Amino acid sequence: MSATAPLADPAFPHGPAAPRGGPGAARRGRVHEALALLRATGPVGIASAVIIAVAILMAVFGTFIAPYDPNLPNLSLAWGAPSGGHLLGYDFQGRDVLSRLLVGARTALLGPLAVVAGSMAAGVLLAVTAAWRRGASDAVISSGLDILFAFPGILLAVLAAAVFGPGLAAAAIALAVAYMPYVARVLRGAALKERGQPYVAALEVQGASATSICLRHLISNMMPLIVAQATILFGYAMVDLAAISFLGLGVQPPEPNWGVMISENQVGLAQGYPLPALVACACIVVVVIAVNVLGERLFEQAQRAYR
Amino acid sequence: MNWRFFARRLAMLAASLLVASFVIFAALYLAPGNPISALSGGRSLPASSMAVLEQRYHLNESFLAQYWYWLDNALHGNLGISITLRENVSTLIASRVWTTAGLVLYASLIIAVLGIGIGIVAGLRPGALDTGTLVTTAVSAAIPAFVAAIVLILLFAVRLGWFPALGNGTDLASNIRHFTLPAIALAISSLAIVARVTRASIREEGEREHVQTAVSRGIPGRKVIQRHILRNAAIPITTVTGITIASLIAVAAVVEVAFGLNGLGAYLVQAAQSKDLAVVQGISLLLVTAFVVVNLLVDVLYAVLDPRVTLGSRVQ
Amino acid sequence: MNGPLLEVDGLTVLLDVEGARRAVLRDISFTMRPGEAVGLVGESGSGKSMTARAIGRLLPRGAEVHGAIRFGGSDIGGLSGAALRRYRGQVAMIFQDPRAHINPVRRIGDFMTEALRTNLGVPADQARRRAADMLAQVGIEDGMRRLRQYPHQMSGGMLQRIMIAAALLTEPRLLLADEPTTALDVTTQAEVMAILDGLRRDFGLAILFITHDLELAAAICDRTVVMYAGQIAEVRASSLLHDDPLHPYTAALAAARPDITQTARRLRAIPGRPLSAFEAPAAECAFAPRCPHARDICREALPALAELDGGLSRCARASELRGQLQEVPRA
Repeated sequence: MSATAPLADPAFPHGPAAPRGGPGAARRGRVHEALALLRATGPVGIASAVIIAVAILMAVFGTFIAPYDPNLPNLSLAWGAPSGGHLLGYDFQGRDVLSRLLVGARTALLGPLAVVAGSMAAGVLLAVTAAWRRGASDAVISSGLDILFAFPGILLAVLAAAVFGPGLAAAAIALAVAYMPYVARVLRGAALKERGQPYVAALEVQGASATSICLRHLISNMMPLIVAQATILFGYAMVDLAAISFLGLGVQPPEPNWGVMISENQVGLAQGYPLPALVACACIVVVVIAVNVLGERLFEQAQRAYR
Repeated sequence: MNWRFFARRLAMLAASLLVASFVIFAALYLAPGNPISALSGGRSLPASSMAVLEQRYHLNESFLAQYWYWLDNALHGNLGISITLRENVSTLIASRVWTTAGLVLYASLIIAVLGIGIGIVAGLRPGALDTGTLVTTAVSAAIPAFVAAIVLILLFAVRLGWFPALGNGTDLASNIRHFTLPAIALAISSLAIVARVTRASIREEGEREHVQTAVSRGIPGRKVIQRHILRNAAIPITTVTGITIASLIAVAAVVEVAFGLNGLGAYLVQAAQSKDLAVVQGISLLLVTAFVVVNLLVDVLYAVLDPRVTLGSRVQ
Repeated sequence: MNGPLLEVDGLTVLLDVEGARRAVLRDISFTMRPGEAVGLVGESGSGKSMTARAIGRLLPRGAEVHGAIRFGGSDIGGLSGAALRRYRGQVAMIFQDPRAHINPVRRIGDFMTEALRTNLGVPADQARRRAADMLAQVGIEDGMRRLRQYPHQMSGGMLQRIMIAAALLTEPRLLLADEPTTALDVTTQAEVMAILDGLRRDFGLAILFITHDLELAAAICDRTVVMYAGQIAEVRASSLLHDDPLHPYTAALAAARPDITQTARRLRAIPGRPLSAFEAPAAECAFAPRCPHARDICREALPALAELDGGLSRCARASELRGQLQEVPRA
């Protein structure tokens, strides 16, 4: 699979993950592989990655580069048109829209990140455990997952908000729990396939422990699929979390957040001030498109590795 | 169809609902504070009301017993009382359920007819139409329902005035007018996904070897498309369409709020904000049941269409 | 009918391969008489499947075809619509992987009777009865029950027999068999071969049997066409192929097969790797780089397919190498 794996054999497309020479070499090697994977997604994939990178920069540095205080209301300026330094005008409370967008990127991206991290970690763990042990353990885990499918993400998040009070943390945890069965189901299939590869049996015979095989080889080889799945999931999480914030059950005002900005400024539509709501919409849509496109292409790459 | 398969799926459905109802019930205890404060939403109540609550919810008995009473009541249609509106939750739900059902049905129709239709046309005819479809669906799939709502309201309600921006209608005709924009907003991203999957399935089936066999025997093109490509692609297409429609049940809440529709979803959000737990529990239970039932129907449909399926749930 | 059943005359097919237009078949010519079994042998990439597809009018979209293929005297290249469907009824094709080539969500009965019902307008129950009878001919009992089953309920060998039976229902005059036994185990292979041979005799069916196995082709085919790199290397009576081949490639193929009756210290492989059709050079013998008998004359021009002792050979040195080719010099 990896062109640099010295043990790769054309007869066995999935060999054990290449042994790394020292921590420095490992890091360089992995960055190299990641860049190669990105290049393989084509110009569209690279453009999407750039857009996502810009969004990440906004999220990290937003508070520093925002030209004005995003939380300072000034009702006399409400719904003001773009002018001077206020490139995108003022929102319904007279706050600078551009600054709110920049600062709002943080919660718009951080929340989904947490959701993806949580559900992927749990999902990978369950999928690999089920695939490794097979038999009864697999049946139990699979049935359990099938049962857990009952909760759509948004519903669980609303329930969590009702119980624990509205907030980003509760919503993010609820979404992670709701996504986890889906992730586990997808990865279980790939893990089973990987488990059945000859090199796994070879390593077992050599006496390698189950944990080491799973961590160092199984999961390593599944990485492209895991990354692709995580990217796609990020898109879903972004949309769901923005929806929950839109409903008023996620990030609470006055904290800037793209979803909240849409609901706060929705009244402006009928009054002839659509800009604040629209730019927040645009931000969400552009990032989600980029994430979806990149995710789809990464998925294709991962599939190709399995052909 | 295999009856063992059906029985197994029914058992899974029952188990799912049991677990889900348990989680919904247990929410009462997860809430900070004691159950009474959770039920009252943090409001202070006179002693008589508290006594009524204690008796109604059997708060003096064990956890599992309470769960049993609650579940038993729920199955008989008694979902408790709304703390804010002082009415039976069941009544409150009944008056709103058709709004949500109508919205979801309307959106499902759009998704099924347009999504599958576009996908089939794009799948069977490579060329400009196909590329155009790919690009459009890539963009639409990323448009969340509330974003679509905003744009649709701006364009068609405020600027063009073709449709009303908010609220339910009064009779069937005006209902259709009032529900059109919300249904489109709800359907747009799912429609794109269904169209893409349909197109991909049609493409994939068209390249399969058994289609070659049919061609090699001189079966006319249209029959090959009908009996081999469409028939086989129907399996993944109906599965994805079904799952997508199931997901509408939750997302409908967002659209209802955006358009000010008086449906279950909007009410659920209100109740969550005002911590009216009985209502939240009642509506959650109903929505989860609907979700699970739709998924079961998808599994059954899959088994009917694909004779290779014998046991277990569908392969994703 | 007096003339040949099938005439392939100078068939050249060009396809887009990796962006460039290349010849995947070059100047293929051979004939088949009614009821004759002809083997088409070659390694992967030799173009044998492509030849069958050309005859069956199943080439991929965008393929450029030169030369002619005549069936029963008339050119099939220009056929379309109803005439093409009639042709397809006359020329049946069976494929290598039966499970992939039969629609998995339809019943066997539906699969077998589809052509009869759709193209020939045979009523359904009559078609089913004929299908059940044909199943008996290929050794499958209890046909009516089998017709109601699905493909996933049957083994590969049984599916291959079903495919053969289905192909024969339209009473074709020519059967194109594209590696029908390659995916099967040896015992099933033998059974299927026996069925094909029996059917040929019973129905007077001509068979073009495509395989990579020289011996297998010789088992039921009177003549064998050997292909290499998209061209015909040799056409010869099967019985003479082993002892008196007319092309070094044929000799090497025959020698490379391990003989169960002898012990060899080392397996004889042909050095180098087989050329795909689109890699073959246009101005020299395609086999020359791997041929132990190659001389300058072999690299001067593409040798023509010439007649020799009742067979055909594309070896420039064929006549001088007569009788020396069985002994392949050790590498």
